[in-house]
Amino acid sequence: MDLTYSDEERAFRDEVRAFLRDKLPDALSEKVRRRQELSKDDHERWHAILNERGWLAQNWPRAFGGAEWNAVQRHIFEEEAAAANAPRIVPFGVAMLAPVLQKFGSKAQQDHYLPRILNGDDWWCQGYSEPGAGSDLASLNTRAVRQGDHYIVNGQKTWTTLGQHANRIFCLVRTDPDAKQQEGISFLLIDMDSPGIEMRPIVLLDGSPEVNEIFFNDVRVPFENLVGEENKGWTYAKYLLTHERTNIAGVGFALAGLESVKRMAYAERRNGRALIENPHFAARLAQVEIDLMAMETTNLRIISAAAAGQAPGVESSMLKVKGTIIRQEINDLARRAAGPYALPFPSAALAGDNDPVGPDYGDAVAATYFNNRKLSIYGGSNEIQRGIIAKAKLGGGA
Amino acid sequence: MNFELTEERRMLQDTLRRFLSKRYDTETRNAILDSESGFSPDIWSDLADLGIIGALFTEAQGGFGGAGFDIAVVFEELGRAGVVEPFLDSAVLGGGLIAALGDTDQQALLAEVIAGHAHLALAHGEPASRYDLSRVETSAGFEDDKIVLNGRKAVVVNAEAAGHLIVTARESGDVDDETGISLFLVPADTAGVTLRGYPMLAGGRAAEITLEDVRLPPSARLGTAGAGFAALSDRVAAANVALAAEVLGAMETAVALTRDYMLTRKQFGRPIASFQALQHRFADLLIELEQARSAVINAAGHLAAAPHERDRQIAAARNLIGRIGRLVAEESIQLHGGIAMTQEYELAHIAKRIVMSDHRLGDTDTHLERFIALSYAQDAR
Repeated sequence: MDLTYSDEERAFRDEVRAFLRDKLPDALSEKVRRRQELSKDDHERWHAILNERGWLAQNWPRAFGGAEWNAVQRHIFEEEAAAANAPRIVPFGVAMLAPVLQKFGSKAQQDHYLPRILNGDDWWCQGYSEPGAGSDLASLNTRAVRQGDHYIVNGQKTWTTLGQHANRIFCLVRTDPDAKQQEGISFLLIDMDSPGIEMRPIVLLDGSPEVNEIFFNDVRVPFENLVGEENKGWTYAKYLLTHERTNIAGVGFALAGLESVKRMAYAERRNGRALIENPHFAARLAQVEIDLMAMETTNLRIISAAAAGQAPGVESSMLKVKGTIIRQEINDLARRAAGPYALPFPSAALAGDNDPVGPDYGDAVAATYFNNRKLSIYGGSNEIQRGIIAKAKLGGGA
Repeated sequence: MNFELTEERRMLQDTLRRFLSKRYDTETRNAILDSESGFSPDIWSDLADLGIIGALFTEAQGGFGGAGFDIAVVFEELGRAGVVEPFLDSAVLGGGLIAALGDTDQQALLAEVIAGHAHLALAHGEPASRYDLSRVETSAGFEDDKIVLNGRKAVVVNAEAAGHLIVTARESGDVDDETGISLFLVPADTAGVTLRGYPMLAGGRAAEITLEDVRLPPSARLGTAGAGFAALSDRVAAANVALAAEVLGAMETAVALTRDYMLTRKQFGRPIASFQALQHRFADLLIELEQARSAVINAAGHLAAAPHERDRQIAAARNLIGRIGRLVAEESIQLHGGIAMTQEYELAHIAKRIVMSDHRLGDTDTHLERFIALSYAQDAR
């Protein structure tokens, strides 16, 4: 047992910290700190900065031009990046699609798409969920029918995050309606400029146009855009889920969020004293901090096992449930700490260089609270995760 | 970063687990609970022979462990089996205080403890002190070259079995001051020491102690006059690591019993493990158990840290373990149903160990307050 980082890991952290200090533009970190919406340019700018340093493709093997960081290194980066208010890396191309292409894609697909992900030529979005297929993803209905050297795709995808910026989408589509649910699904790459695709924004409860619904009407997709084998798409999707979950606990975000709540609680006054001295507030804050201290260690235990080559199984589900509960509790505390200044609606009047109406730490705390209700819903809801955990531990009896 | 046990600690764990699974089954333990002494001298001496007490002390002290993770490994196994023998009192607290403060003559008693031949009890808490470590009303005066103790000590665990009591008493200062507290090694049969013994709800025995003009030679003092608090809080920190680990082990048993029962118990024609309402509650127990394990690792790993960070980590761990312990105990009983309400079923004892440990050396709320005081002091920023 040794709870300290190795000399190499500490040196790596210093390197990451220096990079963030030198290369993270103030304009971006200020937007993140004030919880403002990032534009497509903002995201692309940050990706380009990371890519220049070779740190965009953190999880890729060196053979594909990646940094090939292990789980501990990625964890350190996530912690430092969150603390520095860096924009999060948009995961769809670099962290989600790329590992699937590297493992199951053709040489031509790898050669064509991987460099375009790194240099920002392509912005990918994810076509998984459908109106009738949420938690029960395998019941998806979007059909792809083979016609010559093309598939003809018909159906609808939804909750497509940042799809408004995307020029490509990777989709799960049904290619064999007669097979057992999971066995008739294929993994298809689709150009968003294809005729027959229509995208509409869905405005979320915090006012953000973060997600979209996408309609496919007789969309022609070249056969060469199939990844791997036909009807094996479910396997590829599951591979993606189990291998890209080191940050599922969101420890970096939680630590940064907790620091931000503390700053607020030291600054806010209640009955002439700092809010942090209010016993009720302090008790809630302390409990979530204690939960987070334990979860940091739970997370490190799991990722150091992953770094040693053990694939995380049910532990990912545990981290997802606990991590999202902790982050949502922190979001709630931030909303309360802001007091009446949680009320202003984050709109154009508050964006950009305009002065905040109250203390700037109160910007959009309530909007963030509402937006992050998604955490326990997406990526397999917490109820789905609990089911996975119970079935793994109760075995056949469950 | 490394979360693996060393080879030595893995062996210690295996040895203890094997011994307890063979020698400490439910029936044996329930007979121990009903016994007059409240623990088994045979088990005690066999475990001493296996080196389990020695594992709680450093080599310099005559043992072969003594670090936070040694204590955690031993107590996790003790907790797993619901062991009621007084390892916390005779060894971690009693022996630990002699190791920290004792002179050469006094250290001889430590060797007896490690060999399993002597028992100790820490007589510190008082009827009005609750969990306040520095609140000591019992007084130590000086008369005709003798130290004279007067006062009352509350819920002194293992007092009746102990050949010596380690009594805290105030030689100077106000009732809550950290300075002015001394420790005394008092033979249990000293005139003026009166015990009122009783069994405890989750096993073992304790006593209320009256000290009435108890006369001691100055050589009975452990360490320097009035300067006992640092060693006391140091040992209490170690005992808190032990308690946290013990509860972790007990929770592992509670969850394992619950799992087995959910798979065997049938209602409405199928195992109750097949009901989603129960599955999700069970999943939460598994999640929290991993959190509890991490809290024990954090506490054990910081036992040798500077006192402020050590105490902050330990307060965090015991608060978390207190919250999770209550959840696991209550949910395990509820998921079982009626069977868990019977005294002879293993879970009954395990659940009681979990919940009642929260009444030793600070409860969930006390440790939360302590964490807040150590973390959010306004002047700390």
